[in-house]
Amino acid sequence: MISSHIGYYSLLLGFVISISLLVYSIFCFKKNNQNINQNIFSFLFLQFFTVVISFISLVYSFIISDFSNVTVYNNSHSTKPIFYKITGTWGNHEGSLLLWLLVLTLFIFLFIIFSKKQPTKYRLLSIFFQQIIISGFFLFLLLTSNPFNFLFPVPNEGLGLNPILQDPALAIHPPILYLGYVGSSIIFSASLASLVQNNINKEWAIHIKKWIQAAWFFLTIGILLGSIWAYYELGWGGFWFWDPVENVSLMPWLCLTALLHTVIVLEKRNLLKSWTLILSIATFTFSMIGTFLVRSGILNSVHTFANDPERGMFILLFLFSLIILSIILFFIYQSKENSSQKKFFLVSKETSILINNWFMMYFLSVVLIGTTYPIFLEVIVNEKISVGPPFFNKLLIPFLGLFLIFMAIGPKLNWIKDNYKKIKYSRIVYFIICLLISFYLIKKTSSEILFTSILGGASLYLLFATIKEFLNKKYNTPQAISHFGFSLFILSILFNSLFSNEFSANMKIGQELIYEKEQIKFLKIKTFDKENYKSVIANFEITDEKNNVISLYPEIRIYNQPKILTSEADIISTAFFDKFIVINLLKGEEIFNVRYQTKPFMIWIWISVCLISIGGMLSLFKRH
Amino acid sequence: MMRIIKFILLIFIIILSFQEISSANSSSPLIDKISKNLRCLICQGQSVYDSQSDFALSMKTLINKKLEEGKSEKQIYDYLKNQYGEWIVYDPEFDKKNLLLWTFPLILFIFGGLLIYRKVFIN
Amino acid sequence: MKKNIFYLILLLFFTFIFTVFYIGLDKPNFYTPKEVKNKSLEEFTSTELFSNEQFNSNDIIENNKFTLVNIWASWCVPCRLEHSLLMDLSEKTNLNIVGLNYKDKKNNAIKLLNELGNPFSKILTDPDGIISISLGAYGVPETFLLNNKSKVIRKYIGPLTKDNILEIIKIIQ
Repeated sequence: MISSHIGYYSLLLGFVISISLLVYSIFCFKKNNQNINQNIFSFLFLQFFTVVISFISLVYSFIISDFSNVTVYNNSHSTKPIFYKITGTWGNHEGSLLLWLLVLTLFIFLFIIFSKKQPTKYRLLSIFFQQIIISGFFLFLLLTSNPFNFLFPVPNEGLGLNPILQDPALAIHPPILYLGYVGSSIIFSASLASLVQNNINKEWAIHIKKWIQAAWFFLTIGILLGSIWAYYELGWGGFWFWDPVENVSLMPWLCLTALLHTVIVLEKRNLLKSWTLILSIATFTFSMIGTFLVRSGILNSVHTFANDPERGMFILLFLFSLIILSIILFFIYQSKENSSQKKFFLVSKETSILINNWFMMYFLSVVLIGTTYPIFLEVIVNEKISVGPPFFNKLLIPFLGLFLIFMAIGPKLNWIKDNYKKIKYSRIVYFIICLLISFYLIKKTSSEILFTSILGGASLYLLFATIKEFLNKKYNTPQAISHFGFSLFILSILFNSLFSNEFSANMKIGQELIYEKEQIKFLKIKTFDKENYKSVIANFEITDEKNNVISLYPEIRIYNQPKILTSEADIISTAFFDKFIVINLLKGEEIFNVRYQTKPFMIWIWISVCLISIGGMLSLFKRH
Repeated sequence: MMRIIKFILLIFIIILSFQEISSANSSSPLIDKISKNLRCLICQGQSVYDSQSDFALSMKTLINKKLEEGKSEKQIYDYLKNQYGEWIVYDPEFDKKNLLLWTFPLILFIFGGLLIYRKVFIN
Repeated sequence: MKKNIFYLILLLFFTFIFTVFYIGLDKPNFYTPKEVKNKSLEEFTSTELFSNEQFNSNDIIENNKFTLVNIWASWCVPCRLEHSLLMDLSEKTNLNIVGLNYKDKKNNAIKLLNELGNPFSKILTDPDGIISISLGAYGVPETFLLNNKSKVIRKYIGPLTKDNILEIIKIIQ
């Protein structure tokens, strides 16, 4: 009980501090001091500290199952294992907003500490803009999403946490994701500050690049964790569904990746200033758009939080205020100096990065339009349609092949101007060989051979190109690793989808079926009683033509609070393939629906994304 | 010369690793493909393929029955759209109201290309 | 001047987007299929629950001015709620009420009828749910009021309410 009071008043205090900082930062700005006043540091720390206290209070309430707290009541249960009681804190709307505030206040505090070499006025303005966001979120929490509301009389038991959310990957997915997703707020604020101070130049690029790399790293890993969780937990064997909530995390990622590359041009050549600025603003804007789409109830998804149009309205207004603010600032302070008067040569690194941005913005537009078009259609013409995987695949895959080829060529080009002769004949021969390999491997399948061969060929080409670069130590190693990772990523997905096997049938205990030279035996069932569910574990034996036997144990869990049935797949992963099996109970019968899949190269999909992020991490720690 | 030899060696390794793998297959490929393209009306965030709701299971039986009757994929989609509305299919139609959906990204792409062309070749 | 126009268009563009999202917030995000008035149901054959005889839907529907087809199951909790209303309807009027037993076990269905009464003139079975889909239903309970040409006069999704019953009574007079 008392923890809820502490939590609430801490939030209130934090809000007061955030408003004070808003005013104080402008006050210091006008005073033209040489250095930042020590008070600012203290206030920023205090602001962060109040959010920490608030957060810890909520965690504590969850741990002790304090059902006088509405949030705890709605999302927890006394029989929940302690680990999931803790992680349940951010598995709901209010708690996750506290996580938002935690990252927002942490990042501005760290920013001030790590930006001592930057001009004071710029730093003060960054604080000012970040405080607008922070105050907005404090207000949002206090007015519409208070995690510390009371319930009287105090219920004996909570409503329980969705068992699908009781998973380790899902426990750490929000915090990691938010470090990137919410962390891009600091890039937003710093860019606006830089715009006002006419500070967008090489020195600023070097400084902001670290923040972009850090946010990008966490966002990439965050999205990866979400996909891994979907694969292991949701039981359909897929890892990306083009679901609105997935798309909503992808959009900032695309902006941030484009920004990551653009800021390099700014750093090396003092060009693409507008691009840098717009991408910085766009990344956080997309984070906010995503928050709106997911929490307002405007879209239909497996993954949305509790829907509440009132909250949606607040976020919508807040989001558009930020956009209008950015547009106004842009209008007023946009530099008259037209740096785009410097010529871009076709064969140069700058142009390749420009081409990269071009493709990225196309991918972004496909995801954005695909996700939001149903809303527009419904509002304007009152017709409901669905936009799903077929749309995204059709519009994205054809462009990926070309994109990969550019990725292979671009990094090797020189700055300013390079000569055509670099595109040697040997390169073209290599590319054709890759195309042929790809074609040979793919022709056994019947799917669209042209597109998939080109895609396979292009990614193979990129693969070899990056390996070559990696071996050639004088080149940029982190970049080679990331690009190599990306080529491996596309290749793994391509071959995974082309060579997957799937078997689906209804089976009784003791039944044996044969599929694709493998014998599938449903041996037996065992039931166990666990902490908060009953576990039904089936034992399957798969024997292949060489008489190798694998045992798989898919599980069905029958939870008591809330009453839900979940299927837990059993997956055996090797370097070459994953064996994936999931069972579902058919109502009222002793028959189970069995889905058994062989998925090649699954583990390489995860490894390749890790490689992509490692490249980013290495870049972050590279000494200048 | 050495480079090309190393390259070809690598290729052999890749091809060898594929010997274990046969091409994609499913015990019910067309049912899978169709049910992945349909939305479940009960669990509205899932496809009929993923969903275990009664409706989804009935749909899979229905798709099987219609395929056995010799109906084509498109006929099945049309039938279901007639029963439940366009919403039920994940692949949006290419008609007047969806024109912007399909073409706007491409228009933007061409527009972007023109901007780059201007920056690089003109001026 | 060009710059001003550009920013004005940008602002108008975002205002438009804002307005669409604002209106969109009020729309329900759960999809229910649009009711198509005057749609004719296709005919179907089904096994009767008690006798195991095969029946063609047209045979049953043609002979009555109105038919109420109610999709129900013994495992469906809301179906129990509306059952008493159906009993009332069968006693107060001579409306032809046909039950479609959805994905159910014969024993369980009969048990429910013994417990709560049988308002149906006939009970057809839909063991794998396909017939319900051909009617355009997607869950239980759902109820259709048909005329003798199998045209849908009214469709009710979810358990019937007292108001629904009054409406039905009004139509069949």
